[in-house]
Amino acid sequence: MVPSSLRPAAPRAAGRSGASRSGWASPLGATTLVMLGTLAVPAVAGAVLWRTAADRPDPSAVLRGPTAEHLLGTDRLGRDLLARLLAATWPSLLPAVAATLLGAAAGITLGALTAVVGGRARRLLGALINLLLAFPALLVAMFFAALFGAGADGAVCALAVACAPGFARITQTLAATVAGTDFMAAARVLGLRRHRLLLRHVLPHIAEPLVLNTTVAAGSALVALSGLSFLGLGAQPPSYDWGLLLSQGLDRIYTEPLPAVAPGIAIAFAAVAFQLLGEVLAGAAARRARPRQPEEPTAHPARAGRPAAADHVLEVEDLRVVLPATDRVVRPVRGVTLALRRGEMVGLVGESGSGKSLTALAIADLLPDGARATWGTHRFLGADAGSSSRGERRRRLATGMAMIFQNPASAFNPSLRIGTQMTEAVRAHHGTPRAQAVEQALAALQRVALPGGRRLLRSRPFQLSGGQRQRVAIAAASMMRPALIVADEPTTALDVTVQRQIMDLLRRIRRDDATAILFISHDIALVADACDRVLVMYGGTIVENLPARELAAGARHPYTRMLVASVPDLAADRDRPLRTIEGGPPDPCATAPGCPFHDRCPHRLDRCAVESPVLSPLGPEHEVACWGPLPPAPFRGQRVTEAAATEAAETGMTETDVTETDVVEKEEAEK
Amino acid sequence: MREGAGLALHDVTVRHHGPFGPVTAVDGVSLEVPGGRTVGLVGESGSGKSTLARAVVGLDSPSAGRITVGGREYRRRRAADRRRLGQQVQLVFQDPDTALDPRMTVRQSLAESAGAFVRLDRRSREQRIGGLLELVGLDAGCADRVPGRLSGGQRQRVAVARALAVDPAVLIADEVTSALDVSVRAALLTMLRDLQRRMGFAMLFISHDLAAVRHVSDVVAVMYLGRVVETASTENLLRSPRHPYTRTLLSAVPSLHAGRRPAGEPLLPAEVPDPASPPAGCRFHPRCPVGPNRRPGREVCAVRDPQQEAAGQPHRAACHFPYRADDGSPHAGGVHRGANGDRAPRTPGSLPS
Amino acid sequence: MTTVSARLGALARRHPWAVFCGRRAVRLTVSLFVVVTASFAMIRLVPGDPVRAALGVDAPPDLVAAKRHELGLDRGLPDQYRQYLRHLTHGDLGVSLVTGEPVADLIRARLPATLLLAVLAFVCVLAVALPGGLLAAVWTRGGRRPRVELAFTATTSVMAGVPDFVLAAGLTAQLAVALRLFPVAGDLGPRSYVLPVLALAFAPTAVLLRIVRVETLKVLASDHVRAARAKRLPAVPLHLRHVVPNTLTASLTLAGNLLPALIAGTVLVEKVFAWPGIGSAMAQSVAAQDHAVVEASVLVLGSAVLVVNFLVDLALALLDPRSVIRKA
Repeated sequence: MVPSSLRPAAPRAAGRSGASRSGWASPLGATTLVMLGTLAVPAVAGAVLWRTAADRPDPSAVLRGPTAEHLLGTDRLGRDLLARLLAATWPSLLPAVAATLLGAAAGITLGALTAVVGGRARRLLGALINLLLAFPALLVAMFFAALFGAGADGAVCALAVACAPGFARITQTLAATVAGTDFMAAARVLGLRRHRLLLRHVLPHIAEPLVLNTTVAAGSALVALSGLSFLGLGAQPPSYDWGLLLSQGLDRIYTEPLPAVAPGIAIAFAAVAFQLLGEVLAGAAARRARPRQPEEPTAHPARAGRPAAADHVLEVEDLRVVLPATDRVVRPVRGVTLALRRGEMVGLVGESGSGKSLTALAIADLLPDGARATWGTHRFLGADAGSSSRGERRRRLATGMAMIFQNPASAFNPSLRIGTQMTEAVRAHHGTPRAQAVEQALAALQRVALPGGRRLLRSRPFQLSGGQRQRVAIAAASMMRPALIVADEPTTALDVTVQRQIMDLLRRIRRDDATAILFISHDIALVADACDRVLVMYGGTIVENLPARELAAGARHPYTRMLVASVPDLAADRDRPLRTIEGGPPDPCATAPGCPFHDRCPHRLDRCAVESPVLSPLGPEHEVACWGPLPPAPFRGQRVTEAAATEAAETGMTETDVTETDVVEKEEAEK
Repeated sequence: MREGAGLALHDVTVRHHGPFGPVTAVDGVSLEVPGGRTVGLVGESGSGKSTLARAVVGLDSPSAGRITVGGREYRRRRAADRRRLGQQVQLVFQDPDTALDPRMTVRQSLAESAGAFVRLDRRSREQRIGGLLELVGLDAGCADRVPGRLSGGQRQRVAVARALAVDPAVLIADEVTSALDVSVRAALLTMLRDLQRRMGFAMLFISHDLAAVRHVSDVVAVMYLGRVVETASTENLLRSPRHPYTRTLLSAVPSLHAGRRPAGEPLLPAEVPDPASPPAGCRFHPRCPVGPNRRPGREVCAVRDPQQEAAGQPHRAACHFPYRADDGSPHAGGVHRGANGDRAPRTPGSLPS
Repeated sequence: MTTVSARLGALARRHPWAVFCGRRAVRLTVSLFVVVTASFAMIRLVPGDPVRAALGVDAPPDLVAAKRHELGLDRGLPDQYRQYLRHLTHGDLGVSLVTGEPVADLIRARLPATLLLAVLAFVCVLAVALPGGLLAAVWTRGGRRPRVELAFTATTSVMAGVPDFVLAAGLTAQLAVALRLFPVAGDLGPRSYVLPVLALAFAPTAVLLRIVRVETLKVLASDHVRAARAKRLPAVPLHLRHVVPNTLTASLTLAGNLLPALIAGTVLVEKVFAWPGIGSAMAQSVAAQDHAVVEASVLVLGSAVLVVNFLVDLALALLDPRSVIRKA
């Protein structure tokens, strides 16, 4: 129902990037491997190979510049700087890793506790973490390094203390997302003890990002430790690390830059290596392979033969949408044909994955990145999409079509005032001056029975309730006086009482402005209740097109029949067993021919598996895509009297409803 | 069957920490779910029905009132009591995508649940898992899959199986069908109803979908802003709702059979009140189509809180001016009756049972 | 308890701003208190005898005792703490153990240079990263231009990995010593700001570039941008009005966290450039074991960070009023 089938490819891009080809094989991964290898050799062998050279003073060659014998020169005691640099790899890396692991252990424990302890303890821990985080890690490290006394051990402890709050915060954030899940709640209901919750459910879920974070933190720790040594708070002579070498080199930078630059490069090299390692690990964790470019869909010969019908707002024939996914091509819409007359309210109903939302987005030219649409005919307001320029088409869509989206909470820009968002379309496309646009917006708000006027225009979306926002969306859509409103599940996120108000509004706009409405919904009862005509979608195609009043009893496609019978209805017999449809929805990637419903259909014929049925007329206003449509004799699981249903259909229930609401609203307005 | 092994709530109040201080999400709710019966709890978003469910299983602590399961009260502060409560009451969540640990296979999830309170050896555990899968109509091949490789309906079945693995006396189903597709929904509803009849546990079926509630429940309670406003047997409630809110709710439910929608006045356009500062008196009065904003002389609604009639009454409505139980028409002449005479025969009174 | 929080709740509904500012002020006060206590504790917790360490191992015991008395180190801790607070309220930060000069004078002389450096670097970070990250996101959204994306990722990771003081040393060697384009050290007019600011701003710029890109991609994929596309607005107003403001609030929140780190980073960079700021004073004092100055520097830098945090929070709240209601 929520169109999660939508855009499986596009928005993931918002996450991590890089390492697009999985992990190590990418250029980034290879570079990282080489860099880590370069670090590992001197780290392991450094002490053995260069220790003696590094510690051997040579009074005859004090403070020398680079020579063939001493590539980086010598220091105050005449010791070879290159040997010292290489021998310092291990003493520089080890404390950094140790400090990170110590800090991570402390921080992760602290942070993970927040997920399993009770409310008050959690708030206290959170406040403590907040307080510690207010200070930059480097400053905290300096403070504690001074406190613990200058020296390598003190620096490691200081750094561990300094980086622990960061780990605590990340763990806390990650654990909070796990703690809020239903499966954690379920585990609590099972009475599992805290340590089991922590070990079984919380830690496994957050382990990956934590490992990643530890890698990056090790790089920062290396830099920070070098910084402490550089300040004289870390390694103390006669022991040494890169930071100390840099500090000593800096004293003579005026005469000899290399002794300062070389340890600097070593630090930067190691830091970048850790950074890249984190990057590659993150890329591998995201496991996001780049979607393959969709293969060019076979061009469908434009059947330009059919002339534009005069009162048709929208005509679409053989609309297809392909979406590139990880390793295959998804075909969510496979040849949809539909037409809307002026002032007609048509319901497009289907289950999740049936392609209804993508059909709407393709019609509105709003497909997500990567999705491609093809069609035989796509005619909006009499103009063919293929024959007009892109700019022309945009203009026609801008003024002739409006959209209402499913989730009113996210369909408004949170940082703009309602007034701006309501008026920007008319100002951009009709060139309406601001003051006049505001007047129009006020009138539109009046139409959707929203009190508040200018005050409402000045408010921001978060100040309105869901129902109010959806009414504003309808008001904004109607301001352009569009010929077509495409409403994509506009009431799914709303309560049923609010839904009724929204439906009444849509019906009123349709009646007043003769606007055609394409109403997309998963709720077959709502569509039957509100629309003139219903298009039933299954597996990317329209399987039946019938008047809404016939939906309950007159459907001919087996899928429509079963769908109707599976809905619990207030008016139906309570003891009637609900019809269940065995099997699952068709694979949107499959390319096999045949009716998409054939494997679940109890009435299938041999032909159904090999040949796709096309939508063909069965009677006036009734089309069905089925090789063996069910007989019109009503299949009735309930004891509803035939007379009652027909009577209702004849009196035109929807009309009565509108009048009734109007009466109430008029009364309200008079007060 | 387990007689008397049901769930009872007495004046339960649950408060949340809202952004503006405490929010009373559930306010003095009394409700009884006898063993072997299903009670439907209907309400719109913000009515507190999910909070109520969480309070019953101990995920939230009520600030007042008593919750008894099988006649015994459990203190949430005590770990041992919490565990014993878990053995008695289980909850099935709304969203099957998040209700199962995505890293655990179906077998692991079920094993964790089955072994939570009783020690099982390997063989009996495998037997139990097989039995559970069969119970919810899944084939044994599903056991080694992770939730990501199951469909939404299958996941929800696994969630039901996990809840039933501890053999609870009370099962709470919190909007279990609302994340599912129509065709899957029917199968799950049918399954729940059958399981409940077969195993005899008490079930609290929470949903915003009146039609689904009607399909599985023996008794229906309607919640509005933290209060139960009407309780009655399913047939009575649907045939002759007494509270104006219930009426409006019923009339707003779309029906496939266009002419058969029950009558009821639409709500006044006032917005849903903030649960943090509910209106005084009757909480429904600002939106009530037959309340003081529409009917002069009903100012009492804005002042005095309509208490529910004494417990034990089969049909309770918290309203100062309820519709008469025997008649679908409103107590003192309805707007819609005058305006639409032709709708009178189609009031809920004529609904088939 | 309940009534108090109920009253607070009612207050929050009526005056979210007052409650928001109040809470932030309380948090600031508590944190400042922690900083003050920490800096007080420092000189008293340092292993060994800081006075002897500062005066030298061979200082006569009389002199050490006199100095200890002068600093009040021979009294009870609560007494010392009271005195410390009293002095603090008068702006008295004690005297240097080495030179005997009042520390407050030193700080007063050097704080502006440090803050100026940090603020300039912060402005540079924002000026480069905000538009850069935005452009990078618009170019690479929805998996477009994979090569640009790879280049962006690689460059920013390398940039983010380069430590500021190492970069500072490298820049000095290359641009100041070898090419003589900029002064090597000290504050000698505007040109001497270039290298320290560059060194400080380099890595944070890379970090913020990535953050801004990710935030922008999130906004570009959001429902309200799709809704704005449905209105067929021209590209420039679409991005400026519907993408930029929403990216900004999230990005600036994260950028606000970078500013304290920049202030802390000045310590190392100042040492490289012998910048007359607090950082270099602190570095010298660490070497000279002049704990009185180190203590005061920690106090001042720590408080500066807290005050900056507070101001950033207020500024963000002004930009995004929703956060006030959420956090109040």
